[in-house]
Amino acid sequence: MSEHQPENLPATSPAGDAATPGAEVVDQRQGMFGVRGTGDTSGFGGLRRQVALPGGSARPYGTWYDSAVDHLVSLVGDDAIEKVLVDRDELTLHIHRGRLVGVCRHLRDDEALRFEFFVGVSGVHFPNETGRELHVVYHLLSITHNRRVRLEVSAPDADPHVPSVVSVYPSADWHERETWDFFGIVFDGHPALTRILMPDDWPGHPQRKDYPLGGIDVEYKGAVIPPPDTRRSYN
Amino acid sequence: MTQTRSTQSDPYATTRDTIEGKIFTVTGQDWDSVVAGLSDEPEERIVVNMGPQHPSTHGVLRLILELDGETVTEARVGVGYLHTGIEKNMEFRSWTQGVTYVTRADYLMPFHNETAYSLGVERLLGITDEIPEKASVMRVLLMELNRIASHLVAIATGGMEIGALTVMTIGFREREMTLDLFELITGLRMNHAFIRPGGVAQDLPPGALDKIREYVQWMHKHLPEYAALCNANPIFKARLQGVGHLDLAGCMAFALSGPVLRSTGYAYDLRRAQPYCGYETYDFDVPTWDTMDAYGRFRIRLQEMHESLRIVEQCADRLAELDGAPVMVADKKVAWPSRLAVGTDGMGNSLDHIKHIMGESMESLIHHFKLVTEGFRVPAGQAYVPIESPRGELGCHLVSDGGTKPYRAHLRDPSFGHLQALPAMCEGSMIADVIVAIASLDPVLGGVDR
Repeated sequence: MSEHQPENLPATSPAGDAATPGAEVVDQRQGMFGVRGTGDTSGFGGLRRQVALPGGSARPYGTWYDSAVDHLVSLVGDDAIEKVLVDRDELTLHIHRGRLVGVCRHLRDDEALRFEFFVGVSGVHFPNETGRELHVVYHLLSITHNRRVRLEVSAPDADPHVPSVVSVYPSADWHERETWDFFGIVFDGHPALTRILMPDDWPGHPQRKDYPLGGIDVEYKGAVIPPPDTRRSYN
Repeated sequence: MTQTRSTQSDPYATTRDTIEGKIFTVTGQDWDSVVAGLSDEPEERIVVNMGPQHPSTHGVLRLILELDGETVTEARVGVGYLHTGIEKNMEFRSWTQGVTYVTRADYLMPFHNETAYSLGVERLLGITDEIPEKASVMRVLLMELNRIASHLVAIATGGMEIGALTVMTIGFREREMTLDLFELITGLRMNHAFIRPGGVAQDLPPGALDKIREYVQWMHKHLPEYAALCNANPIFKARLQGVGHLDLAGCMAFALSGPVLRSTGYAYDLRRAQPYCGYETYDFDVPTWDTMDAYGRFRIRLQEMHESLRIVEQCADRLAELDGAPVMVADKKVAWPSRLAVGTDGMGNSLDHIKHIMGESMESLIHHFKLVTEGFRVPAGQAYVPIESPRGELGCHLVSDGGTKPYRAHLRDPSFGHLQALPAMCEGSMIADVIVAIASLDPVLGGVDR
């Protein structure tokens, strides 16, 4: 019996919390309290848990989702949409990145879909989801039908390119620049992809998970508290 | 080229030659030096860097204007001077602490930021239907008061920028009354962190309803002054009418919402279209105007304040009946463990609670410690919650990985998107109209740059 794996501990299986089938595993958590490299006295050192986002949904999706998805598939083919997820009453369509602009054009122009209002772009970085590290999330609104849809596109860190949708939605301009600025995602076809919030000569892309928050020690009455990103915290 | 006397004598307004042309640093009242300096090349375009430190650009907004005489031929907007990394910081704090960050984003609508964020966390937790009624009514009350305060600043600073200083002084007078109410209810004038995931931080203090009714009376008396001062004022109208024109197609292309969209005559309001916090149960109108210009946006903001007052009155009536009702979700794994009280050093845990956890119940102490230091865990997934802020659609995109901190938090701030439309609104107009166009968009750089 090794010291780190007493036989009365069941928590060393590769998946601590077995993710639901089809879930998107984005990370693996180890231990507790962020302890690394020191003798673990918490007893949680052997804990392994999968971090999984909700996977694809099965039909029927409910409300207007089925007919809208069917209609979109009939327009763009069934190979453009990777998966459909209905979670917390929100519809998410995972789109192959090469097909994004075509999908957006149909979503905007088709009378039955008519997502004419481009709300925004948001990036998400999952450094441990190999091959799909960078996610780009688009929110669209159809004022005509009073509906919302979220598009999600992923790109590997080694090839951080996503087609720009500025040609379809002019308002995507600044939002894509912001996502480039913070995540280093290159939007191919953007008219002027430059930094927008950070200075032009800034090195790195600050909202990536491997980019440190930075900060200085806080000293109070002789006690020193490290900055938030190096503080020990729950994980 | 010889330098004129005024540039030689002023160390802060010198000229220098660069490979891109001659650069003048203009500090005010020295326009003559620029004109004199250009006299031998009268055809030359002038590129003016307006801002970021300029009082009439609404905060640290930078405009790069290409001028032909006084006509703007090309306008570019530069932002980012107020970027504080709010979204990145939130990834290192608990879900509850996130409120203290979002409230600082667009500092003129803190309650809207807090509500959008809290609604997002609640949707991720799946407790949207469990929020107590009183908490929702208090959120609506605070948001509508906030809408009044924000519109007052929009009108006041917009007036100041065109030289109508009385509009500014009376605008800030009424805003002060609103901030007094905020201070009474939350303890702070801005950066409240009062609306939190699960409800609101604290019940209404004693006497608050009377103060709210006094405030409504005051506003009913004084809001018509704005209409009397501005609505038919020939100078005011001359400066605003036809300026910052953008039609419905333009609004859709640039994703403009809020008063700018409604100034095209389209009554789109998320409080009506996709209600939240029980807005469908309130009686109010959505004002529109059909001139698509800065004057229409001014009139819409003016009318919206009256509508907000109507909602505030309804909230006060409901709160009178909800005396003593809970303001935080019943789930003890989410709700902040203690009742808060105002002590000599500000708001904090009530003395009764301290006595309980320190002297009476070990379990309560553990519970308090766990919830305050670790926070609650939020099931993995993502949510996007839009609300109708004073400026338009404010959305909060939250991603959780099942942990105690937001994995990613993003504010879709209306000001950020709206500034994209500025070149379309002011290219071809006079430089003085640029200021009016900005004021009619009402951007707040704290929200733009986050």
